[in-house]
Amino acid sequence: MKKITLKITINGRKHTLRIDPNLRLLDLLRDELRLTGTKEGCGIGECGACTVILDGRAVNACLILAGQCNGREVVTIEGLTGKDDLHPLQQAFIDHGAVQCGFCTPGMIMSAAALLDQNPTPTEEDIREAISGNLCRCTGYTQIVEAIQAVADDN
Amino acid sequence: MKKPKFNEINKGVRKVDGLGLAVGQSRFTDDYEMPGMLHAKLLRSPYAHARIKAIRTGKARALPGVVAVFTYKDVDRIPITTAGQGYPEPSPYDEFILDNKVRFVGDKVALVAAETVEIAEEALKLIEVDYEVLPAVLDPRKAMQANAPIIHDEKDCYIDIPVPYEPEKNRVARVDASVGDVKEGVKQAAMTVEDEFENQTASHSALEPHCALSWLDDNGRLVIISTTQVPFHARRIVSRALKIPVRRIRIIKPRLGGGFGGKQEILLEPYVGLITLRTGRPVKMRLTRREVFISARVRHNMITKVQVAAKKDGELTAIDLYALSNTGPYGTHGLTVASNVGTRTLPMFKCPNLHFSSDVVYTNLSVSGAYRGYGGTQGILATAIAMDDLAERLGMDPMDFYLKNVIRGGTEVPILKELGEGPVIGQPHIGSCELAACIKAGAEAIGWKKKRGRPGGGRFRRGMGMSIMMQGSSIPYIDMASAFIKINDDGSFNLLMGATEIGQGSDTVLAQIAAEVLTVATDKIIVYSSDTDLTPFDVGAYASSTTYLSGMAVKDAAEKVKRQILEVGAHLLQAPMARVHLSKGRVIGPDKKSVTLQQIGTHALYEEDQFQISASASRISHESPPPFAAHFVEVEVDRATGKVRILEYVQAVDCGTLINPVLARGQALGALINGISYALVERYIYSSRGECLNPNYGYYNIFCTRDIPKITTIFVPSYEPTGPFGAKSVGEICISGPLPAISNAIYDAVDVRLHRTPFTPDKVLEAVQARERG
Repeated sequence: MKKITLKITINGRKHTLRIDPNLRLLDLLRDELRLTGTKEGCGIGECGACTVILDGRAVNACLILAGQCNGREVVTIEGLTGKDDLHPLQQAFIDHGAVQCGFCTPGMIMSAAALLDQNPTPTEEDIREAISGNLCRCTGYTQIVEAIQAVADDN
Repeated sequence: MKKPKFNEINKGVRKVDGLGLAVGQSRFTDDYEMPGMLHAKLLRSPYAHARIKAIRTGKARALPGVVAVFTYKDVDRIPITTAGQGYPEPSPYDEFILDNKVRFVGDKVALVAAETVEIAEEALKLIEVDYEVLPAVLDPRKAMQANAPIIHDEKDCYIDIPVPYEPEKNRVARVDASVGDVKEGVKQAAMTVEDEFENQTASHSALEPHCALSWLDDNGRLVIISTTQVPFHARRIVSRALKIPVRRIRIIKPRLGGGFGGKQEILLEPYVGLITLRTGRPVKMRLTRREVFISARVRHNMITKVQVAAKKDGELTAIDLYALSNTGPYGTHGLTVASNVGTRTLPMFKCPNLHFSSDVVYTNLSVSGAYRGYGGTQGILATAIAMDDLAERLGMDPMDFYLKNVIRGGTEVPILKELGEGPVIGQPHIGSCELAACIKAGAEAIGWKKKRGRPGGGRFRRGMGMSIMMQGSSIPYIDMASAFIKINDDGSFNLLMGATEIGQGSDTVLAQIAAEVLTVATDKIIVYSSDTDLTPFDVGAYASSTTYLSGMAVKDAAEKVKRQILEVGAHLLQAPMARVHLSKGRVIGPDKKSVTLQQIGTHALYEEDQFQISASASRISHESPPPFAAHFVEVEVDRATGKVRILEYVQAVDCGTLINPVLARGQALGALINGISYALVERYIYSSRGECLNPNYGYYNIFCTRDIPKITTIFVPSYEPTGPFGAKSVGEICISGPLPAISNAIYDAVDVRLHRTPFTPDKVLEAVQARERG
């Protein structure tokens, strides 16, 4: 397969890469760049474990070809953490018991981060809607909503 | 009630692995890779039941990038069970890593290892198989009929324990246990209710799909990182399947993305091990979500029949419970899940006449296995609906009926002697039991007495329902856990244990137990768990055993270490042992002089008569103290569409001391939502050929945030004297309540009893319309 050139900014860092045209954004992140915080739970856009932020919007990285991201900016869970500090959502997830097995956590936090970027003071209903594409089998969701609500309340 | 003072126990300590998980740094199995790693894929059967007449792999082997192809001809024929239980397993050895017969749609046919996943998938298409398609058993009710096709007609399947196993009848197991005389009990009764129920097959749906990665270490030993709940059982089963000694195998469990019983099965480890041993190369195998749905394990579908009888005043005189259990084509957990239908149901009642029986049958549907709730879910479905019915017929509020009949603490439970999984020594009894308090607290919180029996009129009707449930805490005399603790020169400790963190929080809870004994903050305990080379043995994460049993092992090891610390401290303080004590990380002498753990650790490791302050401890359990719970739900039923909406759910739980209230609540909530989702939406849809037609989240359907009702979780005060700091289990119990509670609430709303789960709009609507037609 003939490779294509991809210019992409990931977590603030510019990359120019030669990639297969059928490479998914998820594979670019996990396999090529070893950013394994983004998880694969279903591969068909139903579980949200691979959620990343593409140009400010939460997307499923399993449904997007890396080539579609040419000239665009991607933020993953690894890019959310500051140099010294956790993102408030990461801290809130830890504090509220919103992390159990942690497999859905990165995607869940990225969906929540995209929400808070667009709407810093969401209602509980907004929160539930924003993370409705992120499945979790461990927590029962309540603690996750509480964690996001706590960050929103601080805004 | 005893209310001891704790430092680190009963505190919402942050999860010790939470930080790495929240920043995405923690590595799960699929996040590991090895240089030169191959990728493995299984060719799966398109037929529910077939014999492989011929299989040709030449074209697949010739595909560039394919490194190895295996069929049944290339592997030793060794009967195994994938059940991941203790040894000897109570499940039949009825599976082969590759066989000349397939027994369900999705069963393994051939194994391919290739340089990439894509090449492996391409190679699967090039394998040519001639099948002799056989008639299939697609209904458990027909499995034991005289003309039924025999699923295990091979001569080499067997079970390693002395219990009935009749593959020639498609019967995996039989259970029959009783106390008293049910017939006599029914004679004494004023009212008897008999009914039949059926629960559906279900997927655990852990977000992380099963994955395993293997390689040879520098000494040629086989190392496997895998998504397992049972690393030590995995090692033993790989040893058997591949005919290599246990000493040549190391299993490592990294972070694990949820299990719920589904990762107790040894599904991938033998395959990656086989490839690595034959090729010398690392290999990874990862199931797709579709493969998880069709080929990993599911909850046992059962048809349950129950008879309950009571006197006029509501006193129970007899319970007779029967379960026909569909274990699928392999008998993993067949016997034990079936016996738990009785074990997790009957002991709750002060009823002198009890009978439980079960037939466990093979079918060519999905392979059933361990699933959170483990038989309790199925048993409570039947008994709690029948008792709701019985109470109503007696003119009693079910809450009052339960309060009259449920056991209190310190009760002997003779039925457990008949149903136990292991040897029962002495008369089994239940120590702590606050079930009555759970019923009262839950009823109060939801406003049971005020709201029940008031459905209102019109299209939307409201209803209230309740259920009670129990689980266990470990398998007595069978399960064993152990732990090892050592001090470091800065006064921190390493806690090494076999106990298996799968997301439930065991690393944290067990560190808290060690910290409590050693009087340090939990973050001074460095946890490393579940590596068969480096940590001592533990049966693993199942049977709700970890907090209770592994917790006692950790507590014992910590007590031994504490004694050594006191000895060194007494020496440093030049005080007699009897006059020193450990408090807040210091050994304090009679004159209030003290030395820190750092001084003690440094002294022991570097200064004088050096030695490693360390200890290990092992524990078995002598009983399995049940946690108890009462569930209450208010629903709204749309009579026009059949849709059931949960308005409010209250669960009251007795799980002994809460080691970590935040994590305990997480267990109770997670189990509850899984249970409600199971009751309302989740199901497998099979074609007439036995193929699962909805192997994805979209059509299988599990709850998301939009589906979550208002929930209140209450923990009633309780203390289990045999548990670590008074604790018993909390991981499984709350999954079992929603099926009957919601069914009973639907009855309260629209006057129809639903017997078959899930309670989807089509079933509810059909029942409502049938009732209207009379």
